[in-house]
Amino acid sequence: MTLPPPSPSTREQLTASRSGSKLLERAFLVLCWICVFTPLLLLLYLVGETVLKGMERLSWDFLTSYPSRKPERAGIMAGLVGSVALIGLAASMALPLGVGAAVYLEEYGGRSRLARIIEVNIANLAGVPSVIYGLLGLGIFVRFLDLGRSLFAGAATLALLVLPVVIISSREAMRTVPDTLREAAYGLGATRWQVIRSIVLPQALPGILTGSILAVSRAMGETAPLVVVGALTFITFLPDGLSSPFTALPIQIFNWVSRPQAGFEINAAAGITVLLATLLTMNAGAIWIRHRAQRRL
Amino acid sequence: MAISPEPGAARSAVRSLSERVDLRARAAGPVERLIEASLLACGVVSILTTVGILSVLAGETWAFFAEVSLWDFLTDTEWTPLFAEKHFGIAPLLVGTLLTSTIAISVALPLGLIAAIYLSEFANPTTRAVLKPMLELLAGIPTIVYGYFALVTITPALQLVIPGLAGFNALGAGIVMGIMIMPMISSLCEDALYAVPQVLREGAYGLGASRLATIFQVVLPAARSGVLAAVTLAISRAVGETMIVAIAAGQQPRLTIDPRVPVETMTAYIVQISMGDTPAGTLEYRTIFAVGSTLFLITFIMNLISQRLASGYRASG
Repeated sequence: MTLPPPSPSTREQLTASRSGSKLLERAFLVLCWICVFTPLLLLLYLVGETVLKGMERLSWDFLTSYPSRKPERAGIMAGLVGSVALIGLAASMALPLGVGAAVYLEEYGGRSRLARIIEVNIANLAGVPSVIYGLLGLGIFVRFLDLGRSLFAGAATLALLVLPVVIISSREAMRTVPDTLREAAYGLGATRWQVIRSIVLPQALPGILTGSILAVSRAMGETAPLVVVGALTFITFLPDGLSSPFTALPIQIFNWVSRPQAGFEINAAAGITVLLATLLTMNAGAIWIRHRAQRRL
Repeated sequence: MAISPEPGAARSAVRSLSERVDLRARAAGPVERLIEASLLACGVVSILTTVGILSVLAGETWAFFAEVSLWDFLTDTEWTPLFAEKHFGIAPLLVGTLLTSTIAISVALPLGLIAAIYLSEFANPTTRAVLKPMLELLAGIPTIVYGYFALVTITPALQLVIPGLAGFNALGAGIVMGIMIMPMISSLCEDALYAVPQVLREGAYGLGASRLATIFQVVLPAARSGVLAAVTLAISRAVGETMIVAIAAGQQPRLTIDPRVPVETMTAYIVQISMGDTPAGTLEYRTIFAVGSTLFLITFIMNLISQRLASGYRASG
């Protein structure tokens, strides 16, 4: 970037504000701290309050009961099992696809036209609101492919939703593998796939895993696309197959939040506590993997 | 291989080596090509996703406009598809969306920008390393949880200060959404500030400028397009945000800019209809796709503008 040389007036302008600048600077720093810590403390308070409220209801019975019209007898079993099934299925679809696409873009595509198109396309998909993915799932999986409002339709929708995140983070992980390693392998006569399989992927694995866990934990908290695809809110059985109707933990929480009785508000708080604890565990796992990988290098 | 002082000989040696390597690669040909094709197929899934989104939205929206005129959709001031007397004016949903988004941005922009200035210009590396992941935590909380906060804690707290604030309102939802979006703005703005060349700061200091003058008169103007890119992307995120507004802003499509009363956003309408059992092929079913298309169009344009602005500062920075 080039700027025109400073005119005398610019110089005056800049130095004029020097007087009392120390005091101003200190005031600005205080403002900075306020802007950084207000949201953090607010979040801490909100989460703390919710967890405290949720603890009232949190028990083994809460984890192992089906929804009920009586708040004190309702539980999150169906939602929890549904979320685990959805996430497992979505991950088993999104991870191979995402890593595969990332390998293509990083190691094969190069500057080809198709690779460019895929790249721009992924950047755009990453900005599409999640509720739109719900409409995609409803139109394609539920209606067009006639899978109905099924567990598989929900999982496939979530898989497409997190696919851009998996691709982007896997590409970043592969980019950290030094080119010298690739060149050395090529120099030994390895083919492209051999280089990828035995050099690039093992080296990039911690990064890919970290990104994948973060992507999956995002899917775990998604509510809107599942509502649109047709998750049920009152299920008293566990999914028994891919075509089974389904629910998820956030859907269960949404249902409880929407009810006026105070008892359900406590249920929602307890459900949120379980959801946040799960996400925290997953994120801690991701950080642990990253930390181990960094130590090894 | 003998080392030859003659460049021609070296070149031919390299050529023969590369031919040999090439031969080996060709020997593994069919398998290698199959692998490359299947990896490419993974990438093509993302293109199919886009094609899927566009065709689903376009197909159902086309069917919608066969029954409702585009003129009514754009100019009618009422949105009552569920009532006996049906109106299909997008304006109330659009205004509801803009209202909550505006509130969110007016919370997120000052907080995020100042946090970015602090992190990029003042904080030492240790403080940065601690604060950045903490701020990112804010963005990692599921929106359903933020919705609960807005409805159960923030709105009752606001009601103590603002008399006449309804239980469902744009204000509480917007403020909470702003807190959720703040880390995105701060992280993108920080990247933009970081990209400003150090020589500009040094030049300003050399002219005797104070730290604040340098930041506000030199660094920020230089990072302008990056900051604008961040704001545009944040607006797009706010417009597409669903659960916070579906839970806390209400479900009453109303053409108002009063933040104290219930409104309905485009996203909240899609959720509201989806909660009920809407048979496919009905006009009611198609409304969510027409609203979805509008939402998609707005966010797509915003994302495009943001990408242009961001690539601008990356190229010149």
